[in-house]
Amino acid sequence: MARDDYISMRNTSKHFGSVKAVDDVTFDIGEGEFFSLLGASGCGKTTLLRMLAGFEQPTLGNIFIDGQPQAGVPPHHRPVNMVFQNYAIFPHLNVNRNIAYGMRKSGLSKAEIDRRVDEMLDLIKLPGYGARGAHQLSGGQRQRVALARALIKQPKVLLLDEPLGALDKKLREQMQLELRALQRDVGITFVFVTHDQEEAMTMSDRIAVMSLGKVLQIDSPARLYEVPQVKEVADFIGTVNLFEGAIKGREGDSTIVDAEGLGTVRSTASGAEAPEAGPITVAIRPEKFQLTFSEPETSGNMVTGTMQAAAYLGDRSHYYVTVDGREAPIAVAAQNAERQLSVLGQHHERVWLTWNDDSALLLTA
Amino acid sequence: MTDTTAPGGSLTAQKAAQDQRGEEAPQYFASKHEGYHWTAEAPMFLYAVWYLAFLYIPVLFLPLFSFNDSIYVAFPLKGFSLEWYGDMVSTQQLLEALANSIKVGGAVAVLSTILGLFAAKAMTRYVMPGKGAITAFIMLPLVVPGIILGISLLVITNMVGMELSLYTIGLAHTLVSVPFAMLVLISRLEGFDKNLEEASLDLGEGPFRTFFRVTLPLAWPGILASLLLTFTISFDEFILAFFLAGNEATLPVYIWSQLRFPSRLPMVLALGATILIFSFFIVTVAEVLRRRGVGPQSGSAI
Repeated sequence: MARDDYISMRNTSKHFGSVKAVDDVTFDIGEGEFFSLLGASGCGKTTLLRMLAGFEQPTLGNIFIDGQPQAGVPPHHRPVNMVFQNYAIFPHLNVNRNIAYGMRKSGLSKAEIDRRVDEMLDLIKLPGYGARGAHQLSGGQRQRVALARALIKQPKVLLLDEPLGALDKKLREQMQLELRALQRDVGITFVFVTHDQEEAMTMSDRIAVMSLGKVLQIDSPARLYEVPQVKEVADFIGTVNLFEGAIKGREGDSTIVDAEGLGTVRSTASGAEAPEAGPITVAIRPEKFQLTFSEPETSGNMVTGTMQAAAYLGDRSHYYVTVDGREAPIAVAAQNAERQLSVLGQHHERVWLTWNDDSALLLTA
Repeated sequence: MTDTTAPGGSLTAQKAAQDQRGEEAPQYFASKHEGYHWTAEAPMFLYAVWYLAFLYIPVLFLPLFSFNDSIYVAFPLKGFSLEWYGDMVSTQQLLEALANSIKVGGAVAVLSTILGLFAAKAMTRYVMPGKGAITAFIMLPLVVPGIILGISLLVITNMVGMELSLYTIGLAHTLVSVPFAMLVLISRLEGFDKNLEEASLDLGEGPFRTFFRVTLPLAWPGILASLLLTFTISFDEFILAFFLAGNEATLPVYIWSQLRFPSRLPMVLALGATILIFSFFIVTVAEVLRRRGVGPQSGSAI
């Protein structure tokens, strides 16, 4: 039976002098979950990971792993293993000895350890690489060896500190999928630190978005994107247009908002908790707009503006539309589902934007 | 088409370049005949030559006169002789002093490298209050004049009632060698990623095992360099040894005592020449070992 609170943070804080690197976070990570900590550099995600590994002690609060409090437990007694950002492959040992490094106290015979190392080499798709020196490996291979070295210990939790950051884009995308498949195979809880939101969304069951030491929201990738709870999350995950506005009233399920540049907006988006009245922020994703070059027949949300700039990106195009009453142009993204060679329109051409009632998210201002 | 013309094109280009060089070279020599060809680097080059000559020519007199068949250190040279080297190896006192120096140097090298390693580890790996002050305190013997240090250590050994011996010399030498050992080892420990030690802890090895399985093997070239450096410092040191020597002299103290007798000077020169060759050999070996140690690791430190 998988536990929902396999790892628990309880009011955990880490202060470095007057800097609150991690500021009073409380959340649980489930057994077998692929959990990501996502945030810009300096948001506290690595500090949080290092506290799980035991390299840093929380200034305040507790950490539990599998129900056991971890206060005062040194790194070498914790049931977790880590893959470091730079892999930390021991340069004086070959691949075999790197992978077998943590097996000294396992009580297994030399032959059994050798067999497991070979198993690991198969798992990371580097069979026959055992005798190679650490300096003979490429970045991707080093990353795999670091992974094998941690996994051979059969930890309860594997911690990964931006392990794909040093790889080039193609290899990174390949490793993302491999890592995800591997995690499903071995069934170990992964806690993955990254600043790359696409990477986090590709791999994770759930993502914790962090900023300035605080956890802003923990949710599935889809919910983070479609139902962000706060402006910072909406802004950090993908691109979003934010409009300042004020609530005017309600009609059934809909909230009527007066938003800058958009006029009166009807929103039925659920999930985000917005106040009953007063100032509010309306968030609309670029791809939720439909852009037309002639006035569409609709009774729904619509605004007209002029084309400021357009960019053709192959699979999709980006448009920037200026509307009255708003300084920043509205970003619009459209899929190029059909082959078209001249769809971008003219500079300053008049365009119309329409969107569905449930596309306009209401967030606290 | 382009494939066949390309090599031809590059060949012509090469030939043109060769021609140009061919034209340039005689011009250069010609200008030298007309007078010295001054460039911006010339004064610096001249300075470097002077500097090196000033530094090494006096040193070269040592081996030169050590083979001279005369007790007077003066030109013209009289003739070739190995007499002084024979004297050297047959002088019992000298051999004893050499043995003393090696004993003290060896002990100082080991002791100060161990202490330096611990200090370097603390300085590079732990956050602690007053780190700057502690570093400054350990470095202090570097700037305290040797004669002051010698006198104060002599006073202290008298106060605590220690008898002057090779031990007192060794302790004094350790005091001045630790800063050097620490500096060498700090640069080595900073040179490798501290994540490696964390990785070892993470993989279940305690701090003690981690030190032996990761820190020590990786710091090994630095340790070797530190051993050789501190040995050399102790082997060369004169002032402290002079103040703190009991009945047994170290080699520099013995050499000093022999300088009073003019007839002994050629033998001292032979000794000096031998030490010079020996030091040169040790430094070369150390450098080769250091490079061999660094080579593969620098490749993997990316």
